[in-house]
Amino acid sequence: MLVQCTMDLLFYYRSLGLSLMIENFPAGDIAALVYLWNPLTIITCLGYSTSPIENLMIVLSLYGACRRLVRLAAFGWVMASHLSLYPVILIIPLVLLIGSGLDTPPRKLFLQPKHSDGYKKTSFSWRRVVLFFLWASAWALYVLLLCGISLKEYSGLGEMFKRTYGFILSVEDLSPNIGVLWYFFAEVFDFFRDFFLIVFHINILFMVLPLAIRLHHRPCFLAFVYIAISSILKSYPSVGDSALYLGLLGLFVNALADMQFSFFLFSGYLGTLLLSPVMNNLWIWRGTGNANFYFATAMAYACFQIILVVESVSSMLNHDRALKKGATTVAKKVQ
Amino acid sequence: MSRFLSISILLLFVLHVSSESAGEEEFTEELLFRPLPDRKVLSHFHFESRAPPTNSYGHHHRLFPKAIYQLVHKYRIKQMELSFTQGRWNYDSWGGFDPIASSNAKPPGVELWAVFGVPPDQVDASWKNLTHTLSGLFCASINFLESSTAYSAPDWSFRSLSGNLRYGSLPREAVCTENLTPWLKLLPCRDKSGLSSLMNRPSIYSGFYHSQRLHLTSDEFDPVALHGIMLEQTLTIVLQPDSLETHPSFSGSRKLQPSWSMSSLFGKTVDGKCALAKSSNVYVQLEGSLVYNMKNTWNSIDSYEGDSNFGFTVSPDRMMKEINSIDKEGYSILYGFSINNDHSSKPFDLGFWWKLPVTWSCVKAPLRVSRFLMGSGNEKGAIALSLQSTEWSQSLLKADNNGEKCNLRVDVFQLVPWYIKVYYHTTKIYVDGASQSLGDIIEKMSVSPSEDKVSPGVMEMILRLPCDMKSASLTLEFDKGFLHIDEYPPDANQGFDIPSAIISYPDFQTRLQYKLDTTSIKSPMVSKMQERRTILSYTEVLLVPLTTPDFSMPYNVITITCTVFALYFGSLLNALRRRVGEEERLRKSKDKSTGKLRLLLSKLSAKLRGKPWEPPSSTPPSSSSKFISTKVVIKIILIAAIAFGWQYYDG
Repeated sequence: MLVQCTMDLLFYYRSLGLSLMIENFPAGDIAALVYLWNPLTIITCLGYSTSPIENLMIVLSLYGACRRLVRLAAFGWVMASHLSLYPVILIIPLVLLIGSGLDTPPRKLFLQPKHSDGYKKTSFSWRRVVLFFLWASAWALYVLLLCGISLKEYSGLGEMFKRTYGFILSVEDLSPNIGVLWYFFAEVFDFFRDFFLIVFHINILFMVLPLAIRLHHRPCFLAFVYIAISSILKSYPSVGDSALYLGLLGLFVNALADMQFSFFLFSGYLGTLLLSPVMNNLWIWRGTGNANFYFATAMAYACFQIILVVESVSSMLNHDRALKKGATTVAKKVQ
Repeated sequence: MSRFLSISILLLFVLHVSSESAGEEEFTEELLFRPLPDRKVLSHFHFESRAPPTNSYGHHHRLFPKAIYQLVHKYRIKQMELSFTQGRWNYDSWGGFDPIASSNAKPPGVELWAVFGVPPDQVDASWKNLTHTLSGLFCASINFLESSTAYSAPDWSFRSLSGNLRYGSLPREAVCTENLTPWLKLLPCRDKSGLSSLMNRPSIYSGFYHSQRLHLTSDEFDPVALHGIMLEQTLTIVLQPDSLETHPSFSGSRKLQPSWSMSSLFGKTVDGKCALAKSSNVYVQLEGSLVYNMKNTWNSIDSYEGDSNFGFTVSPDRMMKEINSIDKEGYSILYGFSINNDHSSKPFDLGFWWKLPVTWSCVKAPLRVSRFLMGSGNEKGAIALSLQSTEWSQSLLKADNNGEKCNLRVDVFQLVPWYIKVYYHTTKIYVDGASQSLGDIIEKMSVSPSEDKVSPGVMEMILRLPCDMKSASLTLEFDKGFLHIDEYPPDANQGFDIPSAIISYPDFQTRLQYKLDTTSIKSPMVSKMQERRTILSYTEVLLVPLTTPDFSMPYNVITITCTVFALYFGSLLNALRRRVGEEERLRKSKDKSTGKLRLLLSKLSAKLRGKPWEPPSSTPPSSSSKFISTKVVIKIILIAAIAFGWQYYDG
């Protein structure tokens, strides 16, 4: 429990550094407060889960990338991928952050040819990116070496990959959780099991490229969307993962102020998170309910998460559009 | 002439000797009756068949069943036991210490264990094939023991056998006449003549306990094969005889035990012995405690008649007294009856009738064991094993060790399926209600934790309990797993079975030795009772309810989950796809209501609302719309032509 609290405090400290200074409050403060006071975070700590450690590693990598600390970013990324497989997709926002830096403005905004008021096109530093990859491979080799040494009596690294990443990817255990995959794989016919495994994991991978194309100028927001998607669609989700992206959502409050359905989403989250333990109790402990009750709350939770992601993406794009419109009118006025 | 005679005699003698040294197939059949303290009768059929070693006798047999011979040779079996049981052996009333209880009190359902003489990496394959063969031979679903989640390889706690031993048990297997008939087919006389003709199915299956067992021992594959294959088939039945006659009631609450006979128990009589059997005998065993309680009114123990306490309808041929009895109260007596070749005129119907009421108690096992589940809900629970001392064991132990601290050694072997995930570190031991540290009580523990869908959890333990304890209990916590819908049995809401645990007491060895008369015939059953064997007790089978998913919903679940995924996919891609100018274009195209119908509708809606109607702003590109429409029309015509051509040429 003490470990979890220190992890949270470290997150707070790190996210303070991630402050995107815009208007009134530093967004980093808001993010840190949202994470610390989120009931989901508190529940994760009470449940002695290791999610806060994974969250810490993810935030470390983002912080390192924002501050151009290549070693720290590489360490965070390697450790986060080692602990749970899904942060591998964060390589793209990390590379973009390290290469271009935090305040990458949308390129199209400034494609106007003739204004030269000191805005120079930010260049993409390839040197830093190559350094990042070198450090990442160094950290990865180190971690694999340590794992290999400690597992020498237990039949080695191949067994470790099969039992950790293989287990995550093949969904062998069917215990109920707040995701939607457990019931699906308890009921799917064996003939189609492999097919659906591939489909569900590709759903995460497929969105990486379109999102990267559309949001490459906002790598922090891109990281947030990747984390949100992987925590909805991963094979064994938990509320600790949701706590992370809800905290990171706080970083973008000023940009996402006009998000539609925000109250609907808030009450939806609250409702499903309150109903879910009740349905679990009814099904497993009292025996008066059905598996469908609990699965329905899990599905509703997934739907609300999806709506949150989609709405945040579209409101961020609208915000960019508004910014661009404002900038072009300003540029025109200046001209 | 005399020389010729002497040579022929010599030759005959040599032939006789050589034929004896080559060995012979033997088949003996025996039946034992024992009255039980709770007004029931135990009937124990024992059929033994021996085949000499192959290298001296050859492959062809007269009496020995070919199926078993081929089984032994194909799978290189050294020892095997298969039992089919229905009912629970009542250790309190029927005994737990004597050789018959130790070897014939079996767990309900099917139990199979086998020792193979193959290299260790081939044992699993041999086991799999053996289960399939036995399944076909006995019309039972023993093939469920084939998968690695159903059997285990105990190390040292099971019958002190080691090496290539595999053990498996199916608690839910129902035993019926379909299993008895192939078992009887292995006998030379089937159920047509001899003692096996008594096996009336309705009588057997209406009993309180019946267990048919097949035990195989072979040293065919040893470097020096001496004994060949020995097949022992036993059927143990506990029946309650109907009290036929009314007897005068006796003083007090003592009621006369019911009298029984073969015809009243089985509805049949024995017409003659099996012609292929070497010997055919019936025994009646009276336990030591019973003899002791009857001693007061017994006139002459050494005579063949029971005198004033009980009587037989057929007079016994011999009477054997037990020597070196462990029971303090007295020795047991065995009455033997031989069955001759021909009883067709007067069928052999042994009857036993009581003259005076008598009560006695059987010799119990050192501890009374029971197992039960604790906890509620379908997520976790605990297994508890409770051991309670019996009064008999107390007296025995005190007599043994007076000097140093007396310990009772108890071996526990438990096999738990993988979906009951036992946490072995939560083992707790309580002796007389007080919690003990594990190091004090557990001398040796060997655990093989379960692996999901691969292997069951096996626990072997040696406990050293103080002799003067009253009760001890052992608890283990577990989590319940969740299964795929294919892995549930048809009646999923009944629950799942945890097979019986085996408790053995290596400190004690039970045997029954009888002083044989000079006229005694060599009886395999009696000589088997004289062998030392360890005492075994089986606990109850536990029924664990597991949470079930909704079995009626596979399609619904798949479609609903895929709908959620499609929702995510579609809406996110849609949000990403929207471009800057497109929304304005969309808005503009909405204003462009040039169609006549649209004009009419907008007029109507304006009138209803009471607003002034404005004609829509006309915007130029009507030519472009016309262009689009011609394009669309051309496309439609092209597709129709292709479809027509396909249909024409293919259909």
